[in-house]
Amino acid sequence: MTDGRTDLVAPQPPNGTLGFVMLSHTALHRAADTARHWAERGCPVVIHVDKRVQNWSVEKLQADLADLSNVRFSERFACEWGTWGIVAATQAATEVMLAEFPSVRHVYLASGSCLPLRPVKELIAYLDERPRTDFIESVTTEEVGWTIGGLNMERFTLRFPFSWRTQRWLFDRYVALQRRVGFQRTIPNGIVPHLGSQWWCLTRQTLSAILQGPDRALYDRYFRRVWIPDESYFQTLVRQVSANVESRSLTLSKFDFQGKPHIFYDDHLQLLRRSDCFVARKIWPHANKLYATFLSDDAEGQAGGEPNPGKIDRLFSKAVERRVKGRPGLYMQSRFPNEHWENGRTAAPYSVFQGFSDVFENFEGWLGKVTGTRVHGHLFAPDRVEFAGGEAVFNGALSDSAALRDYNAKSFLANLIWATRGERQCFQFGPGDNQELNWFMALDSNAQISVISGAWAVPLFKSNLNFTDIRREAARLQKIELEHLSVLRHGAAKARIRIWNLAEFIENPMEPLQTIVDEISPRSLRRLTEAPRLTDLTGFGQFLQNLRNQGMQPVLMGDFPVTNDSRPSDSRRGRPYLVK
Amino acid sequence: MTNVVNRTGAIRGDSIILLCTLRNERIRLPYFLRYYRDLGVNHFLFVDNGSEDGSAEYLQQQPDVSLWSTPGSYRKSRFGMDWITALQRKYCHGHWTLVVDPDEFLVYPFCETRPLRALTDWLDTSGIRSFSAMILDMYPKGPMDAQPYREGQDPFEIAQWFDSANYSVKRNPGNGNLWIQGGPRARVFFPEDPIKAPALNKIPLVKWNRAYAYVSSTHMLMPRGLNLVYDEWGGEKASGCLLHAKFLDTFAAKAEEELKRGQHYADSAEYRAYRDGLKAQPDLWCKWSEKYINWRQLEILGLMSKGNWA
Repeated sequence: MTDGRTDLVAPQPPNGTLGFVMLSHTALHRAADTARHWAERGCPVVIHVDKRVQNWSVEKLQADLADLSNVRFSERFACEWGTWGIVAATQAATEVMLAEFPSVRHVYLASGSCLPLRPVKELIAYLDERPRTDFIESVTTEEVGWTIGGLNMERFTLRFPFSWRTQRWLFDRYVALQRRVGFQRTIPNGIVPHLGSQWWCLTRQTLSAILQGPDRALYDRYFRRVWIPDESYFQTLVRQVSANVESRSLTLSKFDFQGKPHIFYDDHLQLLRRSDCFVARKIWPHANKLYATFLSDDAEGQAGGEPNPGKIDRLFSKAVERRVKGRPGLYMQSRFPNEHWENGRTAAPYSVFQGFSDVFENFEGWLGKVTGTRVHGHLFAPDRVEFAGGEAVFNGALSDSAALRDYNAKSFLANLIWATRGERQCFQFGPGDNQELNWFMALDSNAQISVISGAWAVPLFKSNLNFTDIRREAARLQKIELEHLSVLRHGAAKARIRIWNLAEFIENPMEPLQTIVDEISPRSLRRLTEAPRLTDLTGFGQFLQNLRNQGMQPVLMGDFPVTNDSRPSDSRRGRPYLVK
Repeated sequence: MTNVVNRTGAIRGDSIILLCTLRNERIRLPYFLRYYRDLGVNHFLFVDNGSEDGSAEYLQQQPDVSLWSTPGSYRKSRFGMDWITALQRKYCHGHWTLVVDPDEFLVYPFCETRPLRALTDWLDTSGIRSFSAMILDMYPKGPMDAQPYREGQDPFEIAQWFDSANYSVKRNPGNGNLWIQGGPRARVFFPEDPIKAPALNKIPLVKWNRAYAYVSSTHMLMPRGLNLVYDEWGGEKASGCLLHAKFLDTFAAKAEEELKRGQHYADSAEYRAYRDGLKAQPDLWCKWSEKYINWRQLEILGLMSKGNWA
């Protein structure tokens, strides 16, 4: 790094009370930069390089750091994830640290992809105020919520001869077998297993008690066969020897839903700065700006308070939620949930009205005014999509072409609701429309579906068609609506569904309207003062009787007497059931 | 297919390689190369299918380009995929490869601040082999020929607009990939015949293995596991977009030429529809068109996703 060059001429400060053990396996040039940064500031560094790393790159690393008197390299072990090698490497490097640097009081376990976020002198000061404290996340198996593979306590009681990464099938089979036969390893000395982040900062007293304790051989033999011992060896044994465990890691390290560490990039610079954490991992090796910033001495600490990774926590937990749950109602190239796994079939609540625009003359305009929502005509009409205001294109650039809509009706509706998030959509529906989404909507908890059954007969009643055609059309529409109603009445339906027959609805239309409107805009809980205009149904009873006489049995309208005077008199038309 | 210039010796173990087939795209090349070099593409493999406008001569001079040329039939080579597949098998085993057309520009989460290698490194550690980037058709406001494209210019200074939520998504049960159609092309050129609207789903970025093959353009791959770039249980996987700079003033001439050659998919039905559509209604823009800002906007609109990359 650039900052190292000027320091070369200055004498290296004496070794202090803090030493770093660094486990590295990739991007060794970055590990070298970080190690140099610490070493030049009086912190001895012992580096372990994974045995699987090519010798020539280790030699280059050693040559790069040869000018530093307080850097050592420890015996190399192969560090396959989840195996004992990582613990063995840590033990060996720590022993070097304790033996060769007597001034060191706290040993900080870091990785080659760690980066100090605050000046090391602040970390030293922080530790000097807490000289006896061991910083290590160490929780019992009941308390952890983050383990992989669902293995908590079983990490300690089963055997794991197969690699989880490369022999997953055997790994899983062998675990299942042990569970079935009830195999259990004994835990030595009745120690209580603890788990926690691999990255700790422990005192010389604690470490030497663990590494030089009388039972070390016993414990090593046991942990050698525990799964992921780097998350449990020190975490468990620290409880045996330390009275002063602060159960948290000083290293900011977050894991995603697969248990892989989140990676920091240049664009995280401000977040990292404000986190007040001492060390973070993992840093992307090419994050030049992060390395240049945090390895320079200009990086003065902020207030220098306690680490506060809250913002970063939120960022990463949101990312995991995005990956696992996604955005409800969104269907796109990388989110296409199987049916019933949508976590919300659509993005927002919407309302479907069946028969209302047949019964009221100005229903759409009235509804828009009363509820402040977007009210469309029949979106699923056979000839074209009747967008509000008769528009040819709507939000999201949706086309009014019926062919495009019917080509993928589900995408059409999901798109519309997604593209209009923040503005509730209402639309008219009826048995003359495309029925493909009846189940989709009935199972959608965002849908509010209100049906006046049989209302489709009103336009027929008012039409100028020949009666034979009317009868045929009535029979067709009735059949379709009956099928739709059976969907809506199905026990699995999740939408808010209300069904009235035509007769009972016009008996008292204001009450249903009030209920629906209250549900759409609950905040404006007020009585409706203006009603939509009820269409004139004089003679409708006779019309139904004529259908019956021609052999078509209308069953969805309820009871309409044949006499003409069953309807309100003409003088009251227009404001028929105004409720004050 | 004959080699014109071979600089593949410069490909290193971790190089990111871009592959591209072209014909008469000289005017687009300077910006195209600059865009992908800036993202961190290390080497370009081009197949020139009979350019007459100096494309080949220009590419030969580029230090990070290897060039092949073929007079063969675009259609008979499965729309160029046979050529690309041969090069992938020979030069791309174990590399991240990006296969795009000269008018396709990849955007992915954080592309303004993180180079392509940050993405491929993350995909590697996440055990992901293929990355989805659907085509997003970009268009100008007003007639396509109103603002001529100048060499070296960012085409999205002209084609700034796109459809934000006008896409049909279906699953292709055979290959497991999604089939996405829609956008301005479906809206303007295929409103009565949507099934003919071009596919927009693409999987252009793949950690290549010589056992892999693209099946149809970069829409789908074999083995079919590579097509599962989407989550089926409600979550979102990370994805990007290919901004498509097709609808510039260069388009009309291209459509005319390609129609004459008849070398495109389904007897160039697409180009025929364009020509008819272009004559009738040359403006793809509508009042609900969205103006392009950046990848975050596309993410918020749900056209692409960060997944769990943060």
